[in-house]
Amino acid sequence: MSEIFVLAEFSDNKISKTTAELATCAARAGTVTVIVLAAPSAGAAMASQVVVGPIASVLIVESDSFARFGVPAAADAISQLVATKKPVAILIASSAFGKEVAGRVAVATESGLITDAVDVAADLTATQLVFGGSTTVHSQVTHGTPIITVRPNSVNADLSPCTPAVSNAEFVLSESAQRAEIISSAPFVKGGRPELTEAQIVVSGGRGTNGDFAPVETFADLLGAAVGASRAATDAGWYPHSHQVGQTGKTVSPQLYVACGISGAIQHRAGMQTSKMIVVINKDPEAPIFEIADFGVVGDLFAVLPQASEGVRASKS
Amino acid sequence: MKIAVCVKQVPDSWAEKKMVNGLLDRDGVDAVLNDLDEYAVEEALRILEAHGEGHSITLISMGPERTTEAVRKALSMGADDAIVVTDPALVGADALTTSQVLATVISEGKFDLVLCGTESTDARMSVVPAMLAQRLGWAQLTFAGSVVVDPTSSSVTITRVTEAGVDTMKAQFPAVISVIEKINEPRYPSFKGIMAAKKKTIEVRTLALLGVSATQSWSAVKDALPRPAKLAGIKVLDEGKGGAELVNFLAEKKLI
Ligand SMILES: Cc1cc2nc3c(=O)[nH]c(=O)nc-3n(C[C@H](O)[C@H](O)[C@H](O)COP(=O)(O)OP(=O)(O)OC[C@H]3O[C@@H](n4cnc5c(N)ncnc54)[C@H](O)[C@@H]3O)c2cc1C
Ligand SMILES: Nc1ncnc2c1ncn2[C@@H]1O[C@H](COP(=O)(O)O)[C@@H](O)[C@H]1O
Repeated sequence: MSEIFVLAEFSDNKISKTTAELATCAARAGTVTVIVLAAPSAGAAMASQVVVGPIASVLIVESDSFARFGVPAAADAISQLVATKKPVAILIASSAFGKEVAGRVAVATESGLITDAVDVAADLTATQLVFGGSTTVHSQVTHGTPIITVRPNSVNADLSPCTPAVSNAEFVLSESAQRAEIISSAPFVKGGRPELTEAQIVVSGGRGTNGDFAPVETFADLLGAAVGASRAATDAGWYPHSHQVGQTGKTVSPQLYVACGISGAIQHRAGMQTSKMIVVINKDPEAPIFEIADFGVVGDLFAVLPQASEGVRASKS
Repeated sequence: MKIAVCVKQVPDSWAEKKMVNGLLDRDGVDAVLNDLDEYAVEEALRILEAHGEGHSITLISMGPERTTEAVRKALSMGADDAIVVTDPALVGADALTTSQVLATVISEGKFDLVLCGTESTDARMSVVPAMLAQRLGWAQLTFAGSVVVDPTSSSVTITRVTEAGVDTMKAQFPAVISVIEKINEPRYPSFKGIMAAKKKTIEVRTLALLGVSATQSWSAVKDALPRPAKLAGIKVLDEGKGGAELVNFLAEKKLI
């Protein structure tokens, strides 16, 4: 079978589950090579974390330019690997970074691009959910090397163990990639909770929390869930922007999404409407969020959530 | 300083949307200025206001003929003039074609900065600004939560805000910048602005005029199917047992 590329996803220097999800899709269409972009001498330690998923090999590219120049440097490395190794396709995670890298690689290699796929078939047909999840679209790249970005948490990852062959590759940094320099970097500190986009359950709070996220967090922790927020809550400074769900925040599609004190504006829905199950607590029976709820409680979140938390505690003991 | 702002006309976010022959049906819905692009227009206005007279803002947009309506709105906020590329061959154009057309217009204009929104609310790809930077060979300063321009040294510094964290980035002109919606509060067009916008020039160009040949197809939609409508959910009024009922539901669905 021919080779297919997957760009590895790391956060906090730890490999993310998304890498195995991408590999699971990719393995349907070819023999998977995972590309690891690393700082000088950091590659081996990162590659050693590639231990699950249908992965045949790991290709390490080490350069200080990834931290210095970001997206354009990553795109240069991948574009050159695509040109020399001619993979059948490349799969990248649908994050802000992943999509921008994909966009530049598409231009550099004159290839078609599909973003935000929720599945990829053996013939590289990508499935996308559009218009707030109301329509399923199947499409295929028709020119160049298909470049497809896939949303985290959309496919069931094959987590069987693997022992990939590891090798190294070099690339030449273009002059234009050096035009904007990262002069300082402050990664978001991750708390103990699961990553929003990877979580099986997300519990979100909105303006209805009135700034008090304690009941939301308590319920989330009992369910092992990530905590999300509406823009009203992040704008008010009640919760960090990195937790915003929606059009201009993160897109999540967990097994269960619990919206507390959130009205369900179209921009919020854009980031959570494809969740498999939606549960709502809102005191306004007319709130639009009820239109997409599988289960809704018309009530005060400060009464309903603590009782629900009590119920979960009781069911555990 | 010459600034270009890329603005797109999109279907109203609230409109029911459907696909016809693999393309978004744009005729059946109200069209508006992509609201995320208003932040780019506002930021361009603020950059110019901070640095005095002698600068200009040109809007650049690609889309169907009625795109001029959305462009008028951005002109009424205070931009100086606009270039709209419209051509039957561009119907259904994707980001690769869009970025090619926009880059061609931009490269003819001797701009110092190009500002964009982070996403068009219909395509939702968030790739056009990065593609523009790649095509033009310019600095890429995307997802900016703040922009500081220093015209004397021809440099610009931004904070890049993404799900991964916050970076500070610096570059010399020319640069492509995209701004996030936290950066500012876009102004409402004033009555004076609306009247003035009526007299501003919107230059309409076709592909032939641009010297860009018929566009390549990059990807194709095989089918677009409406998903089965969600069954109406259960709605209970909390009369003291709402939380317990919620837990029962989750237990029934084996979610806890
Ligand atoms: C360009 C743009 C981008 C945007 N991007 C996003 C985005 O990414 N994400 C996002 O979320 N929004 C986004 N928005 C904002 C969006 O339009 C809404 O303003 C926002 O989602 C509202 O947040 P909310 O539901 O928390 O607040 P509100 O709309 O004020 O709703 C609060 C809800 O809480 C309920 N409530 C109040 N008190 C209680 C209580 N004690 N118990 C139970 N319920 C209670 C109320 O009945 C109400 O329904 C964007 C807007 C624009 C213009
Ligand atoms: N047809 C277009 N005309 C002008 N600007 C556009 C067009 N499409 C995208 N853009 C710009 O690119 C940004 C990102 O769009 P997208 O990559 O389509 O999500 C938008 O916010 C606009 O600033």
